[in-house]
Amino acid sequence: MHTTSPQGMTQGMVYGVILNDRRTLDRLGPALSQPPYSAPPKAPVLYIKPYNTHAGNGAAVRLPRGAERVEVAATLGLVIGRDATALDEATAMDAVAGLRPILDVSLPNPSVYRPPVRERCFDGSCPMGGTLPYVAGVEALTLRTLVNGTVVAERSLSDLVRPPARLLAEVTGFMTLRAGDTLHLGIALDGPQAGADDRVRLEIDGFAPLDIVIEDAAAEGETP
Amino acid sequence: MKRARILLDGTVHAAVEEEGRLRLSNGRLVDPEAVTWLPPVEPRTIFALGLNYADHAKELAFKAPETPLVFLKGPNTITGHRASTRRPADATFMHYECELAVVIGRTARDVPRDRAYEVVAGYSVANDYAIRDYLENYYRPNLRVKNRDGCTPLGPWLVDAADVPDPMNLSLRTLVNGRVTQDGSTRDMIFDVPHLIAYLSSIMTLSPGDVILTGTPEGLADVKPGDTVTTEIEGIGSLVNHIVADR
Repeated sequence: MHTTSPQGMTQGMVYGVILNDRRTLDRLGPALSQPPYSAPPKAPVLYIKPYNTHAGNGAAVRLPRGAERVEVAATLGLVIGRDATALDEATAMDAVAGLRPILDVSLPNPSVYRPPVRERCFDGSCPMGGTLPYVAGVEALTLRTLVNGTVVAERSLSDLVRPPARLLAEVTGFMTLRAGDTLHLGIALDGPQAGADDRVRLEIDGFAPLDIVIEDAAAEGETP
Repeated sequence: MKRARILLDGTVHAAVEEEGRLRLSNGRLVDPEAVTWLPPVEPRTIFALGLNYADHAKELAFKAPETPLVFLKGPNTITGHRASTRRPADATFMHYECELAVVIGRTARDVPRDRAYEVVAGYSVANDYAIRDYLENYYRPNLRVKNRDGCTPLGPWLVDAADVPDPMNLSLRTLVNGRVTQDGSTRDMIFDVPHLIAYLSSIMTLSPGDVILTGTPEGLADVKPGDTVTTEIEGIGSLVNHIVADR
């Protein structure tokens, strides 16, 4: 089922990826061979950002109750243009219609053993910028995350373990990505954090900035 | 009332059960054998529970979890009654999981347990296949195991919540080629339906069309191409699926 975003665009599922950047893999290093993981990952490690998390530019992201800080992880999403199953790496990018900046907001948790529903599925935790038509060369892009105007993280997409075409080929090898779905290229774990009233911006050259503000849990106007 | 979505003569119809037959929304009465069964709901967000029956957790050599082990699934996984599901060519252990599916009927946030049933539209039967060969210890159970196309048959019916007075006391079982291989009761869930709705709605907003697959009891067995797998829950339905070879 597809839902309609506030911008009036139809949206599909958003699939996220971890452990697709060399820095995180290098940092975790030997820990990935220890319990509970036992061995480094073989297949792409995916998670789902469900519909209740989807938000747009300018969104206020409310802290989950009891949380003072959230992690804000920058990435770029591949917007799928046609239903895609078992793509060949050589032609995989033909299935991509567009690219969009994403800030994946989460509760910090160093463990990636269990599916991150509590950590990554709270309302509004997947703000996404507008989609631009796909152009090749995403590995040359740099993601800059700013909190209150100060650059707190900078990441080059030249660090991808699986470049876009290979990631698409491997993911669609076991599941269909449908037209309108988004597969992002992966987030670095242990990213920058932000708290109530912080303004977070993701800048990627060629894209409009993605701006969000973190809002205190109590700011919702909940009845006492 | 038992509700279905079916395909007949190139058109999707809503239907209700009437003395073993299907009454379409246009008034026609048709035989169940004459239609293609679609999933009774088009799910929005799909939640699934791991290790939610104590005997099953033990069977998998896990101790029972202290908080619900929840994972999410995409719409690509859902298929209907009497559909075929592919077994990957390289799989050595593919097993069914008979599960009570709870369909949410109202937008819901921070629902207390004692009011949880108010947000339930109805119930269905799910068979949430897993291919254990692909298990890895990252966001486990990982999507390669649990998010495969057509590996989660759902149906045949959406049974109105009002017609299921006690969802926590239903027998459920699986038959492979007519032989019972899994036999349990929803009363043995570790986290019952009210607990799951309260837990999930404390994390996030639930919406109409969201579906919670509530886990499976012990009795897993490998299934092979040619097998007919029937998962059934007392008063909810009997969901038939056929295993076929890859490609």
